[in-house]
Amino acid sequence: MKMQHRLLAGLITLGLLGGGLVANAADVTMTGSTTVLPIAQAVAEALADRYEIEVSGGGSSVGVTALLNGTTDIADHSRPLKASEYETAVKKGVYPFTFHIANDAVAVVVHPSNPIQNLTLTQLKDIYAGRITNWKQVGGRDAPIIAVSRDSSSGTFETWNHIVMRNEPVVASAIFATSNADVANEVVRNPNAIGYVGLAYVIPQLKKVSVNGKEATLESAVNYTYPIARPLFMSTNGFPAPGPVLDVILFILSDAGQRLVQEMGYAPVRKLP
Amino acid sequence: MTAQGLNGKGCSAGADDSPSLHGLPRSLFRKRLDVVILFILSSASLIALGLIFFFILREAFPFFRRVPLVELFSRTWLPTLEPPRFGALPMILGSATVTAGALIVSVPIGLAAAAFIAEVAPGITKDVFKSAIEILASIPSVVYGFFGLAVLAPFLQSTLSLPTGRTALTGAVILAVMALPTIASLAEDALTAVPASYREASLAVGATRWQTIWRVTVPAASSGLLGAVILGMGRAMGETMAVLMVTGNSPQLTASLLKPVRTLTAGIALEMAETPFGSLHYHALFSLGALLLLITLGMNWSAEWFRGRLVRRHRR
Repeated sequence: MKMQHRLLAGLITLGLLGGGLVANAADVTMTGSTTVLPIAQAVAEALADRYEIEVSGGGSSVGVTALLNGTTDIADHSRPLKASEYETAVKKGVYPFTFHIANDAVAVVVHPSNPIQNLTLTQLKDIYAGRITNWKQVGGRDAPIIAVSRDSSSGTFETWNHIVMRNEPVVASAIFATSNADVANEVVRNPNAIGYVGLAYVIPQLKKVSVNGKEATLESAVNYTYPIARPLFMSTNGFPAPGPVLDVILFILSDAGQRLVQEMGYAPVRKLP
Repeated sequence: MTAQGLNGKGCSAGADDSPSLHGLPRSLFRKRLDVVILFILSSASLIALGLIFFFILREAFPFFRRVPLVELFSRTWLPTLEPPRFGALPMILGSATVTAGALIVSVPIGLAAAAFIAEVAPGITKDVFKSAIEILASIPSVVYGFFGLAVLAPFLQSTLSLPTGRTALTGAVILAVMALPTIASLAEDALTAVPASYREASLAVGATRWQTIWRVTVPAASSGLLGAVILGMGRAMGETMAVLMVTGNSPQLTASLLKPVRTLTAGIALEMAETPFGSLHYHALFSLGALLLLITLGMNWSAEWFRGRLVRRHRR
């Protein structure tokens, strides 16, 4: 009996110790936009041997709010700060300093056998809202359109929703793919499909369709002549003092960091050597 | 399995209690420790179940407090729209369609395989079939999904000239193969559990082997067979990865097997990863989880009840 009690006491002590050991000593915390999240995660991994970087999502607003409340070092956001957020910042004595860290361009892709060369933003919206359902309605052959979208919580969907759909819902009969590669997978196999993917996922077996007469390239994404492109930001409280936070920002803006951005499927902020 | 292990141990501990050993404190202590360790280990699954239940219901509760229950059974699922819509009816119907389609294929094959293995097959054939079914059960679901995406979907698309190969049918066929081992092995257990005296009596009065299987063994095992089918149904309903990969995930209200559909499990898996923690959308996904948990628990309980009835009947 005594032995059992000792065993039980030991287990309880172990449990308490385990609970108390939840360490929370990250060097840098980054939170915010889910569109920026993959970049933040890649940066955290690349710098893992120098700093412990804690990364979380939640959306641009969550990130900016956390920065203004002093609960994060870096806020990730896919839109500029709002006037109301600057007002709150002034009240709280926070000076948000914003870095432009990447561009997000979403390419429209179809099967190589599809004769379509160009679509307008309005046509794309009508296709994904279910109002245009046949390729001949946009000057193609007489075949049904299979719209391939991303799940509603992906960052690519967010960009698409913001610029193309303007918050109109994607029709429920669209196929919802689980990743950029999954979209590519369906469009490669399906002569009637249309999909949208991050620029880095346009493989040779896919045909890029220009939008409003502009082709999606790294260049057109950097100078925003391509319509489905937008800048991505990170903000800190004031220009960061020398230390981990400044190192993280400088790494992202370096050629190595920008190459990482490109590998993650985004467009860099400048042409890389 | 766990219950059997426990009983086995319990018996040996009981044997220690024989009068000759009764006075020895060491054996007594060892016996007790046995029981305590086994009790702790076997409670682990009970505790896990309790915790899962508690946390899913706790995370689903805020959704039900803010959104009327009727909303969950409406037809439009647009969780990120302003204002959001949380109609899970397309997903409930999607799960039902895919599961029903899977059962139509897997029940006849599974039961026939079970009858063959339990009643007809001679020694070696029996072993080969049994191990083939066991191997089928051990293939990871992502492999099934990959097979469905790379082979089955393009095949169905070209054979049936469908607009896309990602349909409820593709999911149903994959799920049928996945549910097959569950149905076949449990049905075989049920048939084997029918006392040999039944068969002997039937054959003795001049019935053929086919008549014996069809008129005596199968009816005698019927509740166990039904239990096997229900557990197979639970397997099909709860599968996530393979379905997520092949059904197209369109949250449209349709009962057609040839259109893309979204199941409850795929709906959760698709959106959970990047849903802000603590948002209404997050709690809505947990309410889908609670719904799914209730459905599969209901199935498991009824299956256990049917299987239990079989045992009770033959004991009499």
